[in-house]
Amino acid sequence: MSKKLIVLFLGLIPLLCTCFSPDTPSDRRVLVLLDDFAIKSSHSIFFNNLKSRGFDLDFKLAHDPTISLQRYGQYLYDALILFSPSIERFGGSIDAAAILDFVDSGHDLIVAASSNASDLIREIATECGVDFDEDSSAMVIDHSGYAVSATEGDHTLIASDDFIKSDVILGKEKIKAPVLFQGIGHSLNPSNSLVLKVLSASPSAYSANPSSKLTSPPSLTGTSISLVSVVQARNNARILISGSLSMFSNRFFQSDVQKAGSPTKHDKSGNEQFLTELSKWVFHERGHLKAVNVKHHKIGEVEEPALYRINDDLEYSVELYEWSGKDWEPYVANDVQVQFYMMSPYVLKTLSTDSKGYYFTSFKVPDVYGVFQFKVEYERLGYTSLSLSKQIPVRPFRHNEYERFIPAAYPYYGAAFSMMAGFFIFTAVHLYHK
Amino acid sequence: MAASDAHKGDVSMRNAFGSVLAFLILLLIGVLAFSIRLFSVIKYESVIHEFDPYFNYRVTQFLTKNGIYDFWNWFDDRTWYPLGRVIGGTVYPGLTLTAGTLYWLLHSLNIPLSVETVCVFTAPIFSAFASWATYLLTKEVKGVGAGLTAAALLAMVPSYISRSVAGSYDNEAVAIFALIFTFYLYLKVCSWGGYTFIINLIPMHVLLCIVTGRYSSRLYIAYAPLVVLGTLLAALVPVVGFNAVMTSEHFASFLVFIIIHVVALVYYIKGILSPKMAVCCAMVAVLIALVASSPTKGWSGRSLSLLDPTYASKYIPIIASVSEHQPPTWPSYFMDINVLAFLIPAGIIACFSPLSDASSFVVLYIVLSVYFSGVMVRLMLVLAPAACILSGIALSQAFDVFTRSIKFQLPSLSDHSHIDAGDASSENVVLDDTIKTDKSEDTPKERTTKRSKKKEKEPVEKPPSKSQLKKRLSVLPFEASIVAVFLLVLLVAFYVVHCVWAAAEAYSAPSIVLTSHSNDGLHVASWWDYGYQTTAMANRTVIVDNNTWNNTHIATVGTAMSSPEKAAWEIFHSLDVKYVLVVFGGLVGYPSDDINKFLWMVRIGGGVFPHIKEPDYLRDGQYRIDSMATPTMLNCLMYKLSYYRFVETDGKAFDRVRRTEIGKKYFKLTHFEEVFTTHHWMVRIYKLKPPKNRIRGKSKKSKSKTSSTTTSKRKGTRRNPF
Repeated sequence: MSKKLIVLFLGLIPLLCTCFSPDTPSDRRVLVLLDDFAIKSSHSIFFNNLKSRGFDLDFKLAHDPTISLQRYGQYLYDALILFSPSIERFGGSIDAAAILDFVDSGHDLIVAASSNASDLIREIATECGVDFDEDSSAMVIDHSGYAVSATEGDHTLIASDDFIKSDVILGKEKIKAPVLFQGIGHSLNPSNSLVLKVLSASPSAYSANPSSKLTSPPSLTGTSISLVSVVQARNNARILISGSLSMFSNRFFQSDVQKAGSPTKHDKSGNEQFLTELSKWVFHERGHLKAVNVKHHKIGEVEEPALYRINDDLEYSVELYEWSGKDWEPYVANDVQVQFYMMSPYVLKTLSTDSKGYYFTSFKVPDVYGVFQFKVEYERLGYTSLSLSKQIPVRPFRHNEYERFIPAAYPYYGAAFSMMAGFFIFTAVHLYHK
Repeated sequence: MAASDAHKGDVSMRNAFGSVLAFLILLLIGVLAFSIRLFSVIKYESVIHEFDPYFNYRVTQFLTKNGIYDFWNWFDDRTWYPLGRVIGGTVYPGLTLTAGTLYWLLHSLNIPLSVETVCVFTAPIFSAFASWATYLLTKEVKGVGAGLTAAALLAMVPSYISRSVAGSYDNEAVAIFALIFTFYLYLKVCSWGGYTFIINLIPMHVLLCIVTGRYSSRLYIAYAPLVVLGTLLAALVPVVGFNAVMTSEHFASFLVFIIIHVVALVYYIKGILSPKMAVCCAMVAVLIALVASSPTKGWSGRSLSLLDPTYASKYIPIIASVSEHQPPTWPSYFMDINVLAFLIPAGIIACFSPLSDASSFVVLYIVLSVYFSGVMVRLMLVLAPAACILSGIALSQAFDVFTRSIKFQLPSLSDHSHIDAGDASSENVVLDDTIKTDKSEDTPKERTTKRSKKKEKEPVEKPPSKSQLKKRLSVLPFEASIVAVFLLVLLVAFYVVHCVWAAAEAYSAPSIVLTSHSNDGLHVASWWDYGYQTTAMANRTVIVDNNTWNNTHIATVGTAMSSPEKAAWEIFHSLDVKYVLVVFGGLVGYPSDDINKFLWMVRIGGGVFPHIKEPDYLRDGQYRIDSMATPTMLNCLMYKLSYYRFVETDGKAFDRVRRTEIGKKYFKLTHFEEVFTTHHWMVRIYKLKPPKNRIRGKSKKSKSKTSSTTTSKRKGTRRNPF
């Protein structure tokens, strides 16, 4: 069975080496690195939420010399939460490279920065494709989208409701209230297809040092500022990067919120809902697909052939499931396509589905021989990317599979045989006429 | 021995003795031809040699395992990924069928030899057959003596040995036999590679016969069925198919076929009416006009490059890129046919006195093959039998003249009846002396004694038939004859020494270097020269191989090799390549490595993808890899893969093939990683790195000292195209 799975997951080989097993992709053991243990209590709602979902949190100080991510080459944790924005140097064997290797081997990461984020945290973010504002004292300021509070502040506490429109990442339920944010902004490279802006600033926001006067135009302005971003790496490891640690805090979770200029006042900020849903996504409780039972065979047959002949009719089927956090549920979509591919797709067909996770189609092998592949490249926003490929040679006709007599050639057959007959008669006449 | 016998009985006795002797000599020649090719088996082991033989071996394996019908329909998905190749329809089946038949024959006799053994020894066996065929052919031209000499010469001519040592299991091994035997049958009254030569040579000979007024009904009977049956049979071979009537190579034979009918008609009419040569000429003119506007598909590239040596380099770089298709250098003539080169003119002269149908054919054969061998090194092989035949004729004629001179001087010493015996024995003495003074080696001695027997036999057979004629033929002074015979034997001895040396040293080193290191089920890209080996030995799927049927595909690989790293990575990635293999000779001085072939990759790639331009890789028209090389050259993938870490070997990065220090010594590979390099750096295998897992942001590096070392290391190893 496991061998079959390996075959099925041809395109997901990197995934197989990762921590989330194909059977239960959710993370279980989470290491939380803190600047100090006060955060453990000041952010307890977020942590308790995780614990209640079955995660095993291991709190450590970031400069604790005993911390390590792996022992004897095995990773001890499935995910890492960095709530230590000011750390300059981790304790133990952990450094930026170790954390990135942790991600590259398929583990998840949550990074929260703040206005005094250290170079180390910035570097980790940069490696993941997130560029924090270079100015270390800058914060995101929004004079029209700030959260109304009792004391007139410097408008660094922002209430933002500019979410990414994805049910997969943020859940089916709409986020009810704006999210409070106080921290630094970052920008993303638009050409980077792996990183997504989940919460972006309003058009009137900018990033600058709130305590000093602006002398030059701010480098980051408007909606290009991202407040919270997620990254899904090619090996489907997921990363959440936020410019604000305080948005995870109990204070922000419980505070009421009223966006400046908006009449409605919400009793409770959207932070809890937003971050809970987001953490579900990051920890693979949502949007994780798997493909099993890739099958193909000639129409009317059951056995999978070693190779096809040109112009064969074949059926292709695959089963797709999505992980719900507890078990695999059928994945339903109408845009899954299969390619019959040799350097370029010769056949591109949308798969029909029975809404129980079973996808199927049938088509005729093109009139070209070569080594083809069945390819399913399924990449949708928020979902893990599915890349299945299965190689199958297509051979030309055998010598005896052609038509024996071609109707169009009957004149030529006639010509040849009449010639032979005529020659025979001529010879006979010529030889015996006298 | 025959002194007291009646003259007639004497002659018949001698004839019988002579034919037994000839048979034994032929047998020995066969053994010699077989055994001289076994040096590589003795020195190394019984293995198949590189390149094409490996493919042929693989095909034969398939044939013996799956039978002829599966072979015919074999679609191979391990080569030419992802196009695949229909082996059954694109391979000349002669060789594999021959070896397959041999294998079945042996197994039906309960001799359980492996396919590999059969393949290894196919070439030596057929070279024995080839020398016997040479005997038959030359015998038709100039008699038994010349035939035996020519057979012995062919058995060990270096250029043929080079293609037929044990283990070089290639078409040529069988083709030469087929070629000579076809000629023999033609002169008296099937397709392996190189049949184009045959089907053009024979029509030309027919034409020559017609032009020189030697037309006869025998010529017609020999030629007309050959064309009809030959064409039909050739059309049955899948790879030839309709080409047998469509391409211009075959047009000569059809043209001559028509001409011979016209001539036959003219002769027929002549028999009835007064000669009307004008009519004939007019018809020929019409025919030539027809050829000029021939509706055929035109000449295939390889054959065009025969007619116009510069054709290939101008239009089809893929053909020109093969070292075998280059014009040979002058030393290679001496290397390949040695003293035969000097004997050929004498042989031609001998053929003209008197000129017969057969000898005119041989003259035509040598003239054509000399021209063709001047165009392509590969066709040196076709020259070799012709050279052997003519040299055999020349040698035997020379010996004939000299021994006869000696014989005519000798009667003064003994009485008439002792002539022959005395002549033979004295000659033997002379020869044995020369042998002892010349050589102490085994093989040459055996060889020369054999030839001495031959010479002894030759006068035995000839004198009775032409005794009158011979008497007034040039009689040279006794001393001069002795010296001349001595010199001739010396010459032949040199030839033998050279041949043995060539067989032992030059051609018997199987340079098998490839080791299968890559993991299973992955696609390997290399220049096409190494494709056959990679599939047959390492059992890997390759992108292109030595069967160059798809120029675009090869051009794609050539383009990738001559592109910068990133572009190359993208090309290879699109072809699902996992490993790239390069052959590098700079450390050990192996001259035919990929850097030396690189310009061909550029040309072939540029022929299809115009953004690759040859001048970009040349500095002032010169191909160089030192510090004067162009940036394009120094940044292309081939340069990088060949010279990656090369500076670590000697600190200077001195390339022993190009005899210079390389231009760019310290560089890193970003999209490829080295996985394997052989001990002598001959073969280097690289792996394509997977696309980067994450995409880095664009911020400048933080200047923090804490992480500077780790980040720089990571940049080196992890920067990837995406």
